[in-house]
Amino acid sequence: MGGDCPNGEGSALPETPPAKGRRAFGNLDLALRGQVGSRLDKARTAQGWLPTSVPPTAPDARSRFPKALRPLVGWPGGARPLQLLFFLVALPALAAVGRPEDRLADPALETRAEAIGRDLRCMVCQNQSIEDSDADLARDLRRIVRERVAAGDSDGAVVTYVHARYGDFVLLRPPFNPVTALLWAMPAIAFGGGLLVILARRRRAAARLEPSPLSEAERRRLDELERGDAA
Amino acid sequence: MSDAPAPRSRRWMLYTPLALAGAAGAGFWVMLRGLQTGDYDPRGVPSALIGRGVPEFSLPAVEGSDRPALSAADLRGPLPRPVLVNFWASWCVPCIVEHPQLMALSREGVPVLGINYKDKPEDALAFLARRGDPYTRLGRDEPGRVAIDWGLYGVPETYLIDRQGIIRWRYAGPVTPEVVAQDLRPLLRRYA
Repeated sequence: MGGDCPNGEGSALPETPPAKGRRAFGNLDLALRGQVGSRLDKARTAQGWLPTSVPPTAPDARSRFPKALRPLVGWPGGARPLQLLFFLVALPALAAVGRPEDRLADPALETRAEAIGRDLRCMVCQNQSIEDSDADLARDLRRIVRERVAAGDSDGAVVTYVHARYGDFVLLRPPFNPVTALLWAMPAIAFGGGLLVILARRRRAAARLEPSPLSEAERRRLDELERGDAA
Repeated sequence: MSDAPAPRSRRWMLYTPLALAGAAGAGFWVMLRGLQTGDYDPRGVPSALIGRGVPEFSLPAVEGSDRPALSAADLRGPLPRPVLVNFWASWCVPCIVEHPQLMALSREGVPVLGINYKDKPEDALAFLARRGDPYTRLGRDEPGRVAIDWGLYGVPETYLIDRQGIIRWRYAGPVTPEVVAQDLRPLLRRYA
């Protein structure tokens, strides 16, 4: 079956056209310009140009940092490993789900739509919300949620709309009903059961510490001893 | 102190874990058996539309097809006999798997109504020209909005609508010969 779920196999749905990667490479260019530009800068300086792109960190600026950190802040050639590292760490943010043109122009409405979408399950991926999933169906549902929010529906009305079509499973917070009663009651059952076990053990321990009454033989012996003392 | 050990009161410590392990094992066995026979599908989700009438919709015909268009009015009771509504697409591989079963059912006289999901008309027609056309009516849902009103979460999906126009059964996935024999035939008899 079709594999448009980033992790996990779902039912067949049309493949999403590949995202255009040009913009990402544009940014990569920017980050590397410190390195690439440095050679250009040298050539320009040789021709009498001033470096205009990214000036290499000046040696005196570098000397403010401890020696061990210097390789991170910038090389004389202009490369900036630390910047590159930050860029690489931030790179996944470019892969945010959802197309900009699908978002609502009003930030308040968009925030509401995202909050609603985060509580709705993507039926294809099943363990992601529609806001997190890149499946085709999740995109359709994101659009529907935004349409209804823009049309003035309350949050509850939007959820009811989706719930009426896809049932309880679409809600990432399951509602309380006979089918889910055991699920919801489980923390209380586990806590109550543990409490009962602890109470039972305590009572038994207390019972064990209480002195048991003297047996017949012991009482006779005690009487003898007491009489012996008195005599 | 007479420290008489109470063996009876401690016996549960032996039997409770044994009983729990036994129950878990039995449950696991039932689950595995269900997986094997297809009775248990951990990813299966019941349809929210069972027991209800079909949602309101009106779909255009597939351009170039001689099959008439499909709308909710065609699925309102009373119907002469129960009908199947099948969501499919030419790009959907499991649809190829189930196609012979749909052909056989339509030859037997079971009305199979098609909804072509997110497809190009020329691809859909090529698919039907190559594998046969089981559909008495064929609607085209290119935006996939009607599919969402039906609670569809993948293709193929097949719905059984009884003579009163009530949705009685939904199957997500290819209708294999086993599904026809075990699920669909008894239902068709019951709602005939």
